[in-house]
Amino acid sequence: MIEVQKINKSFGSNHVLNDFSFTFESGKTNVIIGASGSGKTTLIKCMVGLHAADSGHISFDGRLFHTLEEKEKRNLRKQIGMLFQGGALFDYLTVEENIAFPLNMFTKMSESEKKERVNSCLERVNLVNANKLYPAELSGGMIKRVAIARAISMKPKYLFCDEPNSGLDPQTSIIIDNLILELTRELNITTIVNTHDMNSVIEIGDNIAFLYQGQLAWQGNKNSITKSDSTELNDFVFASELFRKLKS
Amino acid sequence: MINGLKMFGRYLTMLARVFSRPENKGVYLKRILDEMVNLGFNSLGIVSIISFFMGAVVTIQTGLQLSNPFIPKFLVGYATRESLILEFSPTMIALILAGKVGSSIASEIGTMRVSEQIDALEIMGINSSSFIIQPKIIASVLFFPFLVIISMAIGMGGGFLAATLGGIISKGEFLQGLLYWFEPFYIFYALVKTVLFAFAISSVSSFFGYYTKGGAVAVGKSSTKAVVYSCVVILIVNFLITQLMLS
Repeated sequence: MIEVQKINKSFGSNHVLNDFSFTFESGKTNVIIGASGSGKTTLIKCMVGLHAADSGHISFDGRLFHTLEEKEKRNLRKQIGMLFQGGALFDYLTVEENIAFPLNMFTKMSESEKKERVNSCLERVNLVNANKLYPAELSGGMIKRVAIARAISMKPKYLFCDEPNSGLDPQTSIIIDNLILELTRELNITTIVNTHDMNSVIEIGDNIAFLYQGQLAWQGNKNSITKSDSTELNDFVFASELFRKLKS
Repeated sequence: MINGLKMFGRYLTMLARVFSRPENKGVYLKRILDEMVNLGFNSLGIVSIISFFMGAVVTIQTGLQLSNPFIPKFLVGYATRESLILEFSPTMIALILAGKVGSSIASEIGTMRVSEQIDALEIMGINSSSFIIQPKIIASVLFFPFLVIISMAIGMGGGFLAATLGGIISKGEFLQGLLYWFEPFYIFYALVKTVLFAFAISSVSSFFGYYTKGGAVAVGKSSTKAVVYSCVVILIVNFLITQLMLS
């Protein structure tokens, strides 16, 4: 479980997050939604420590992030897996080397153990026989799946996904969504997905936070999101013709 | 001025992070060897070509200047050797490497920054600046002196061929000049300079790459800044170290 309390973050005079508080639950896919520029990525970056919050607290299962020593922060980060918007795979490494990268850095596993782990991660994301390919040889969907495989190779407790479906076709998006959902259930991890794709929200949103102008404007789940009275949320959810038709 | 000081402060802060203890020595060692090939060995071709012609041109020009019959001919070989060891090989090669290696370092690290690969390292709990930059600095500092020694040898070879084939002086006179009044300290001076230049090129270029903000255009700008600043630092260090060691 990750608790975020009264987080504030500004870039110069631009206040991106204003007193944002939310509890991200274990074993669930926690989804942060909001329009572009609403502060979703900044929130995720504050949570994983890439940005320092101006004020507020973030605690990972009771461990207050800002009070941890640098070494403890590094150890905590080893329990975090992150799927970046563009995949962020290392260009100079093959698929299997990318997935084995954290294992090489932090474990004393033998070569055969590492190979076994890499293959099981690739199998889990339905990507076999891609071991020797380089990121430049992969499609957008494959890059996302390799990035997920890398994120779960260390068996993380927390999985962060920043716009996992951006740039993907609807079918591949559903595959990625289902994969995230299944992994969350299987590994009983705290998953945080940052998206503005409403299909994803309806597909995987166990626990949803709606960010509006840097504040928590609504919270609920995939069943209650279409029944909200919040004007800002309804403007966001029913922005597309398809959703408006579905509602009526 | 204030911006310059701020930049220098960030550079020093980065260096402090770069030289912190590595997470996994084995992985770092492999990266140092890879970088030696990337930054050093792969520069051998350009260094050889430039050195050969540089030596040849220095010899021809010196030959023209020393046309007085009262000046011994072998001094052409002597002047070529001294010019190459003291200035041309260490400094010219450093300026060439600032262009080739510096831009490559800055664009590689800049691309890693804009494609979030550096963020990925940080989230894994890896000190990204140390992991990316430290092997580049160590590889440059260890390998560039070899490049400069090779450059000196090839430069003298180029000079020898220009002198003998161009009929400037005889083979024997040129070799006599090369061996005349040899001062080993000059080699030491050249290598000290080279080590400092290698550190400047790799660290300054890494700095501009690491703090790239934006997209492809920003990577290009970082690359240009890396080359310009590296060249300026090389020239300043060259002046200071010469003043310190030779005057």
